[in-house]
Amino acid sequence: MTIAATRSEPFAVGRPGLVERLQVALPKLVLAPSFAAILLFVYGFILWTLYLSFTNSRMMPVYELIGFDAYRKLWAQPSWYTALQNLAIFGSLYIGLCIVLGLLLAIFLDQKIRGEGVLRPIYLYPMALSFIVTGTAWKWFLNPGLGLEKTMHAWGWTSFHFDWLVNPQMAIYTVVIAGVWQASGFVMAMFLAGLRGIDGEIIKAAQIDGAPAWQLYRRIIIPMLRPVFLSAFVVLAHLTIKSYDLVIALTNAGPGGASQLPSTFMYSFTFTRNQMAVGSASAIMMLMTIVAIMVPYLYSELREKGR
Amino acid sequence: MSIKMKLLAGVVLAAAAGFAGAAQAQVKEVQMVHWWTSGGEAAALNVLKSNLAKEGYAWKDVPIAGGGGNQAMTALRAMVTAGNVPTSVQMLGYDITDWAEQGVLADLSPVATKEGWDKVIPAALQKFAKYDGKWVAAPVNVHSVNWIWVNKAVLDKIGGKEPTNWDEFIALLDKAKAAGVIPLAQGGQNWQEATMFDSVVVTTGGLDFYRKAFIDLDPAALSSPTMKLSFERLAKLRTYVDPSFSGRDWNLATAMVIKGDALLQVMGDWAKGEFINAKKAPGTDFMCFRFPGTQGNVVFNSDMFAMFKVGAERQEAQYALASATVDPGFQSSFNVVKGSVPARTDVSDAAFDACGKKGIADLKEAVAKNTLEGSMAQGYGQKAPFRAAYQEVVDKFFNGQIATADDAVKQLVDAINAAK
Repeated sequence: MTIAATRSEPFAVGRPGLVERLQVALPKLVLAPSFAAILLFVYGFILWTLYLSFTNSRMMPVYELIGFDAYRKLWAQPSWYTALQNLAIFGSLYIGLCIVLGLLLAIFLDQKIRGEGVLRPIYLYPMALSFIVTGTAWKWFLNPGLGLEKTMHAWGWTSFHFDWLVNPQMAIYTVVIAGVWQASGFVMAMFLAGLRGIDGEIIKAAQIDGAPAWQLYRRIIIPMLRPVFLSAFVVLAHLTIKSYDLVIALTNAGPGGASQLPSTFMYSFTFTRNQMAVGSASAIMMLMTIVAIMVPYLYSELREKGR
Repeated sequence: MSIKMKLLAGVVLAAAAGFAGAAQAQVKEVQMVHWWTSGGEAAALNVLKSNLAKEGYAWKDVPIAGGGGNQAMTALRAMVTAGNVPTSVQMLGYDITDWAEQGVLADLSPVATKEGWDKVIPAALQKFAKYDGKWVAAPVNVHSVNWIWVNKAVLDKIGGKEPTNWDEFIALLDKAKAAGVIPLAQGGQNWQEATMFDSVVVTTGGLDFYRKAFIDLDPAALSSPTMKLSFERLAKLRTYVDPSFSGRDWNLATAMVIKGDALLQVMGDWAKGEFINAKKAPGTDFMCFRFPGTQGNVVFNSDMFAMFKVGAERQEAQYALASATVDPGFQSSFNVVKGSVPARTDVSDAAFDACGKKGIADLKEAVAKNTLEGSMAQGYGQKAPFRAAYQEVVDKFFNGQIATADDAVKQLVDAINAAK
């Protein structure tokens, strides 16, 4: 359909020269390879995964359809519920804390303090590390036998106790700590850019009217940062759902599968437990979750554009 | 334009020449996918490398870290799907059967018949190394998992002796606890916990019960009071482990015993390789005992080199690798370093240390008495989905995710059913 449209357009205008026709076609030509690649490697494989989730694939893919069996097995797995519960805990805390901390840091840095040029990159640099490095570093730091707890004991504070990393009830929160440490600086940078974009005249006008500082932020500045909140939310939400390497490096989904996330669940079922169909079904469930978030967002965005 | 064309042609020619060179070089080369990357294991593998080098075959390593080989199996799937087939892959148990079912494994029968593998390799191993009557893998060794590894200095200090049953074992661990030593060095990965549980089940219910529960997957055995008691005993062992064991690799747990921070480790005999690598001697620095109450039974796993179907130009090198692997000289010198015992029963135990001699004698006894059985935790009891389900339940229970032994039994039955 697209190709037909490309061809018919130039002819409809009459008979333009070769150069003009090339100019019209060039953007489409340049976009075509990446479009085709995305079509195949993203949407093609989504459909393939969907297909596999209705088969009885185990170690290698098989193509005989057997219905909803994989989904039944998936929802009968206690560890799938653990994974979903952890995603909810991790997602809400990670997104919430990153936004709160990022906003606070940005507001403090925006007070025209000395040394902002030094502080800003310090907060931003954790984002330059890969998740594997972050996870490994925090694993050593939080391990009671190696890191923080041992150091505190060595310094004489022997009643100090911090074993979240090896405590099945708390392990998921260590993932939150490491994740927030890494991403909040980045969110700060987004808010800082937003703050710098606010018209100084409005703030001056409010100050002349005698608004105290916190009222200024609560009533004027933070509401004006609404687009930044939205961008931060979208960036963090997709980081949440795809987060895999952080958990693998930090807790390896343990102890006892206690910090399992849907992504680690999907990987282990597809690739190490030889139940590819169940793994595919969980991947499809993850996709559905994203769709449920993204569709209303896209809908509202497109509607605003249409207005 | 023409200069560009010439340049392009030159590049294409050079690339083609490069490929041709590579294709020719492959004839005298074996590509191995393996996960023997820790000290003792890597040293043991070097024996095979140098043996093949003497015959003029180059060795190309495709090492992937991580004991148990989960990562290796994932990488392998991608390699085979892409048509980039390695000569051989280190593999365990039912994984070999799974790959053989895909029709991608080579037929080693010419080598096997010539060298008489059928006569010298125990039937329990042939079950995995053969598929449909044809040899598809070359067994390297027999490991057994029902061992405990004890630091002798610590044992003497607390005045302990070899425990021969469960109660003596607990008494020994209590002694260590009272003396302020970590009684049990344990790694925090699910396969390690499950490997220990294999031994606990054998000592609790006997080998017949183990077979009924894990080899036959008999629901009555899986949900029996004996299984519940096994879980209760595992919970008891959990109380002797130091708090920061989560995520610890097995060889780090072994290092705790080597250094004397911990009294003992329950681990397969690959742990001995770490002791040897740290220049420790059996009998004087460390002791190897059968897991209390399992003397006479050998719960095994066996490292095998599964051979993949390769083109005719690489077959010669593959046969050479297979032959070099099963060669008695290599089986002896490799296993002396690795800690396991030879996969063939006709190898002299002269070169082995005390633990190796005991391992060889135990294996012979087990073959004769039919008490040699595959390890559930290591993929020699059941196929991957069942093994993973088993590991998961044991792991959850060991880490307190499943609170009671009753729940553990119930979840084990459910998980086994869900894997069917």
